[in-house]
Amino acid sequence: MNIDVTINGESRTIETEGHRRLLDVLREELGLVGTKEGCGEGECGACTVLLNGEPVNSCLVPVGQLQGASLTTIEGMAGSESLHIIQDTLIRYGGAQCGICTPGVALCAKWALEKEPDASKERLRELLAGNICRCTGYQAIVDAIVAAQESAPETSLKDAKEPGDE
Amino acid sequence: MSEFISPRNLASSLEARAKHPEYVPIAGGTDHMVASKDRGAPAGMINLFGLSELSEVSELEGGGLRIGACVTYARVLDDERVASRFPVLSSACREVGASQIQARGTLGGNIATSSPVGDSLPALLALGATICVASVDGERRIPYEEFLLGYRKVDLAGNELIVAIEVPVQHKGAVQTWRKVGTRRAQSISKLTMAAVAHLDDGKIAGIRIALGAVADRTVRAKAAEAALLGQSPNDESATRAIKALAGEIVPIDDVRSNADYRLGVAQNLVRRFVLSL
Repeated sequence: MNIDVTINGESRTIETEGHRRLLDVLREELGLVGTKEGCGEGECGACTVLLNGEPVNSCLVPVGQLQGASLTTIEGMAGSESLHIIQDTLIRYGGAQCGICTPGVALCAKWALEKEPDASKERLRELLAGNICRCTGYQAIVDAIVAAQESAPETSLKDAKEPGDE
Repeated sequence: MSEFISPRNLASSLEARAKHPEYVPIAGGTDHMVASKDRGAPAGMINLFGLSELSEVSELEGGGLRIGACVTYARVLDDERVASRFPVLSSACREVGASQIQARGTLGGNIATSSPVGDSLPALLALGATICVASVDGERRIPYEEFLLGYRKVDLAGNELIVAIEVPVQHKGAVQTWRKVGTRRAQSISKLTMAAVAHLDDGKIAGIRIALGAVADRTVRAKAAEAALLGQSPNDESATRAIKALAGEIVPIDDVRSNADYRLGVAQNLVRRFVLSL
């Protein structure tokens, strides 16, 4: 089947079978290998992408469900000149180590801060609870997200247009 | 070639279901895509996710709500009517997986999979929900308790789809409680769950439904415990009688997540605490 979808702002038509996992189509057909496979069972959140703005495990979505949808992967998170502020704080606060969970964490954090810009640290932990990290112990990740939250006016969370915005 | 059908409306979904009973009806995919991971291509899929007729929450006469089968956990959590009228259901949905699963998983999917540990199921049972199913031949409405037939088995024919869940208004002042016991707060598959709804009249328990997950082949009502409590004052004595009755009616199993003794002990503690909270 032909699937018309907007990926990272660009209109694409994908020709594939609809039952295939979105994760596999991203990695194997589209070369978007920033999305990682962790458990492949919806437990770890490593393969998180934003589908119509909401975080989903791409290992659990049959790609046929993307007809007409809008998708953001980690490749579409940064601006052309600068990283998204959450990517920037994840680096600065040591919120990334081996890197497998990082794309999913970054995208889920972007969604969480857009959904609830004033979320408490406790609430952010709840919203990010579907992203499992085996390296950092989470503290550095949460610190990075809180730093992004504190340093960013609401608009910059959406498009990270202000590189020096801290 | 595996066909993937995205019907435009409920009527064409039911026609597709009748025509292709071997195709998998799929909503959020959060159960099916795990179960089918190593099984190769399905004969076909009938995609129901986002179908507007199945994705709405509407008012029922008298204050109940009709929740479309493809309403996601996230939408349930965002619905203030559910939160205020059926907090036990909101609480259960809040503890399903985490954000990613909640964005995709649906109540209808949870009911169709009917895992003994499905998190929304005890809440729906304790609320006295009715399941609405449809086929090209028409609609049926089945009390949820009767809809549950066995291990991952529900009263759904090969040409039918679950279309909605009707949750009736609860007694004014009813206490609604949800408890999930797992290894961590998010993502864990439950060791045991309890949803309970009860109200008092003149200090005595005048209505009570206690539903438990992961203590039997399906989600169950603790009817003997309920019977031991009905008409009684909620106190240590009645709670003790209730948990003795509970031990006679549930037979939890040992498995990778827990064991039978632990499950029975926890179920008894949860029921006792619920009674003493009334």
